[in-house]
Amino acid sequence: MYFTLLAFDWLFMIEKLVLIVGIVSISLVIAMYETWLERKVAAWMQDRRGPSRAGPIGLLQPLADGLKLFMKEEIIPNTSNRLLFILGPCLAMLAAMMTSAVIPWGGNIDFFGRAVSLQIADINIGILYVFAVVSMGVFGIMIGGWASNNKFSLMAALRGASQAISYELPMGLSLIALLMLTGSLKLSVIVGQQLDGVWNVVYQPLGFLIFLICAFAECNRTPFDLPEAENELNFGYHQEYSSMKLGFYLFAEYINMFISSVIMSTLYFGGYDIPFVNDAALAESIGVNLTAGLQALTLFIKTGGFIFFFMWVRWTIPRFRYDQLMNLGWKKMVPLALANMIITAAVILWLKK
Amino acid sequence: MSISEILFYFLSVMALGSALMVIISRNPVHSVLWLIVTFFAISGHYIMMNAQFLGIVNLIVYAGAIMVLFLFVIMLMNLNAETEPKKNKWLRMAGIVAGGCLLLVLVAALKDAEVRTSAVQLVDGDIGLIKQLGSVLFTDYVVPFEISSVLFLSAMVGAVVIGKKGD
Repeated sequence: MYFTLLAFDWLFMIEKLVLIVGIVSISLVIAMYETWLERKVAAWMQDRRGPSRAGPIGLLQPLADGLKLFMKEEIIPNTSNRLLFILGPCLAMLAAMMTSAVIPWGGNIDFFGRAVSLQIADINIGILYVFAVVSMGVFGIMIGGWASNNKFSLMAALRGASQAISYELPMGLSLIALLMLTGSLKLSVIVGQQLDGVWNVVYQPLGFLIFLICAFAECNRTPFDLPEAENELNFGYHQEYSSMKLGFYLFAEYINMFISSVIMSTLYFGGYDIPFVNDAALAESIGVNLTAGLQALTLFIKTGGFIFFFMWVRWTIPRFRYDQLMNLGWKKMVPLALANMIITAAVILWLKK
Repeated sequence: MSISEILFYFLSVMALGSALMVIISRNPVHSVLWLIVTFFAISGHYIMMNAQFLGIVNLIVYAGAIMVLFLFVIMLMNLNAETEPKKNKWLRMAGIVAGGCLLLVLVAALKDAEVRTSAVQLVDGDIGLIKQLGSVLFTDYVVPFEISSVLFLSAMVGAVVIGKKGD
């Protein structure tokens, strides 16, 4: 208990710092290429070619976009609340980045005799932490929309916040059913159980569906992108923003999409579990480090699948009307999630007898 | 000073300072944001005592849900300095007297409170983790727990009734 200042485990600090920097930069790069992928997928579905000028098959397009956003003039409206106007995109970005801290990206790796876990923080409350950070993300939208001092922005911010709150509820309820199965909130334990057994989606298909729909709503993606409904609200809560502040808002959305895909694969699709392969046996035959690499790759492939699904839905399904959105959230998803929870609890109790 | 001591002072200053700012700020939206900072500081205290569940639920429920509703209401009310009504001088005096009385009561109550030297278990206690909390809630405190759930249900029914009145 009585440790003095500066006497911590320095290796531990360095290990975590490297991990944090690595994961943050990976999620930034992935978010960058999501914007490229989105256009390519859209183009593919609409029988066009998509970005093709910057670099081979348009691969440098995200860099060009970033450069454009950085070079643009910063405009802060005179009547806006300056401090909060700047705080808005900061909060959105911060909340988007912080979620990745509790996700297990792979098994342990062996670094010169030191077992390094590919997870920044394995805390007791894992998945609740994600919920807390996600609920902070609402403030980015609300503060930005209000500080712009524009009626359209305010309307869009209110829409976004009420949508996020409404869909957090069924999301939490569908998660309770899952937690009854796993008996732990630690993400590493949830993945560990799926490594040896069946993926959770087999036990919880309805719960997964509810979670998926709520994730769409939380990320403000089509069919739930009402905060940005351009035909009603001009451009949405970030209408007054320009330059990189706008870029941060758009970027935060793509990071959220990436993180929610990772969380869905972690909770329901086995996390870093390589399908049809016994991970422990694989680690013995080809070594721990290579296995961890393969596991991380598997997680990214699963995540990529979900990201593609997000885009597929965006270019397939039209937007909901606002009352339809609220009806779906409160009158269909919440009762469905409650029923799922009660059925799961009953089955678990029945099987234990 | 150890790390936990530094953290304790940092969080305490943050909690008290932001709580003061809630009262001092003229803009109500700023007040709400400072209140959120206060909740963060309090959650930090919980986490220092290893009551992780309490800390994170404090954030989810208070900072994440209730404060959003506060913001909703305040943002729609258009509280500018011009529209704020002038307060009566006597009303102010009454406020000062009432606040002073509250301070007096609090000081009197806290004066005789027993000050323990080691009141909390830092960092390594497991009382605040979910397993312990759940088993205590559903064994020792099951009656208050169920009664409070009935209270919440009645509040929910009341909210629905009020919401339905307009139709």
